[in-house]
Amino acid sequence: MDQIFELLAITLGAILANNFIFSQFLGICPFLGVSKKVDTAVGMGIAVTFVMGLASAVCFVVNNFVLVPLGLGYMQTVAFILVIASLVQFIEMFLQKAMPSLYTALGVYLPLITTNCAVLGVVLLNVQNSYSFISSVVYGITGGLGFLLAIVLFASIRERLVFAEYPKAFEGFPIALVTAGLMALAFMGFSGLKIW
Amino acid sequence: MTNVIYAIVVLGVLGALFGLILAIASKIFEVKKDPREEAILSHLAGANCGGCGYPGCGGCAAAILAGDAPVTACAPAGAENAAAIAEIMGMAAPTGEREVAFVRCTGGVNAKKRYDYVGVKDCISATKVAGGPLECTFGCLGFGSCVNACQFGAMSIGENGTAVVDPEKCTNCGACMKACPRHLIVSVPASKKVHVTCANQDKGKAAMSVCSSSCIGCGLCQKECKKDAIHVVNGVAVVDYEKCVGCKLCTKVCPRDAIIPVATAEEKEKYKAIKKAQAEKAAAAKKAAEEAAAASAQ
Repeated sequence: MDQIFELLAITLGAILANNFIFSQFLGICPFLGVSKKVDTAVGMGIAVTFVMGLASAVCFVVNNFVLVPLGLGYMQTVAFILVIASLVQFIEMFLQKAMPSLYTALGVYLPLITTNCAVLGVVLLNVQNSYSFISSVVYGITGGLGFLLAIVLFASIRERLVFAEYPKAFEGFPIALVTAGLMALAFMGFSGLKIW
Repeated sequence: MTNVIYAIVVLGVLGALFGLILAIASKIFEVKKDPREEAILSHLAGANCGGCGYPGCGGCAAAILAGDAPVTACAPAGAENAAAIAEIMGMAAPTGEREVAFVRCTGGVNAKKRYDYVGVKDCISATKVAGGPLECTFGCLGFGSCVNACQFGAMSIGENGTAVVDPEKCTNCGACMKACPRHLIVSVPASKKVHVTCANQDKGKAAMSVCSSSCIGCGLCQKECKKDAIHVVNGVAVVDYEKCVGCKLCTKVCPRDAIIPVATAEEKEKYKAIKKAQAEKAAAAKKAAEEAAAASAQ
């Protein structure tokens, strides 16, 4: 029972209270870059979720069964980047074969998941919080879902921004940054959220 | 010491393992690529300048193969490579003259300043501040956004403070044309030498007051041209390169020296004298003809 509560707390925390974008400010690059259309934003969110979940699982194994027993804990960051880079390469190949349209829509941002700090952040936080295997994977997937939620909400707002009237100097990225800031403020409302 | 060896070995093994998995995956998920794409790619410039509007040379090659882009999409590659690509695609080789970029402004120091701009040295930023530091809203600002955009080192800021193109190095990729916030850079045939060096569309007096080398749309060039190759369009003279034969008569009558190659005062005087002599001769001939007609009538 306790474990279910813990997983629930992790889920709510990763999606709402400690959303990777809006309260930890990780993964801002793809968040701003691929949020012009809802379709591509959904694709990106799913890809990130997938990478985060897989990376959490593989990194947990690498960390607990390879690095820690050999006393190489200090090599975490390097080893994790290796894992993430390979995973992203793998997903790129997979997408090119299975979903070419999504592959072209994501464009340069797909290989950029490699350097997406949200992914590295999630695996490092897993170690820092000394999560179990299941908790790690859940945290990875729900962290990705939080990213998905954030980027889809943001993309829908940006699509509607076309019809909004704002000063010409704000065109493009400035208004997007203002919007992102306001959304981060809104997400602060979740910060008091506690499960028990 | 053992720690270091452990670290190297562990990371090496991990890397090799992931590499192996990726190698296997690349075989499983292999996407059959058209071999022609590689062939086309080898004929592109390879500078990834983005002038064609596609993301890098790979994107351009794919677009040419899909038929979305013309075989001449890569301007920097030149006519030879375009012909080679056309052959790969099974099309007739395109014909067309080499074109180069040309900056339609030589105002620079001649143009009146409205205020001193002290911000970022960038044309786009400068135009955002009350429409730019020049009185002329068409003139080159000379902060070199186009110079930065050029991947081939063909652009520089000339001595009078406006951008100039080195036609030897220019590949007509179009990057500068996109970078210029005032759309001053156009593509012109490389073999043509006569160009109008102003883009000011204002009425005569307004154009005259903002810059000492502006085109005021007086139309003298249009009248002078024997080949109907220069016209005042929207208040500024424009050369019709298909008709221009490069006789330079227009440069000799331009009161603003806004057509290059700029004629010297001497040349202008000489031309004026020739014209005057011609006019006198014509008048005399007319008079003689009239007299002869009058005599025969009698």
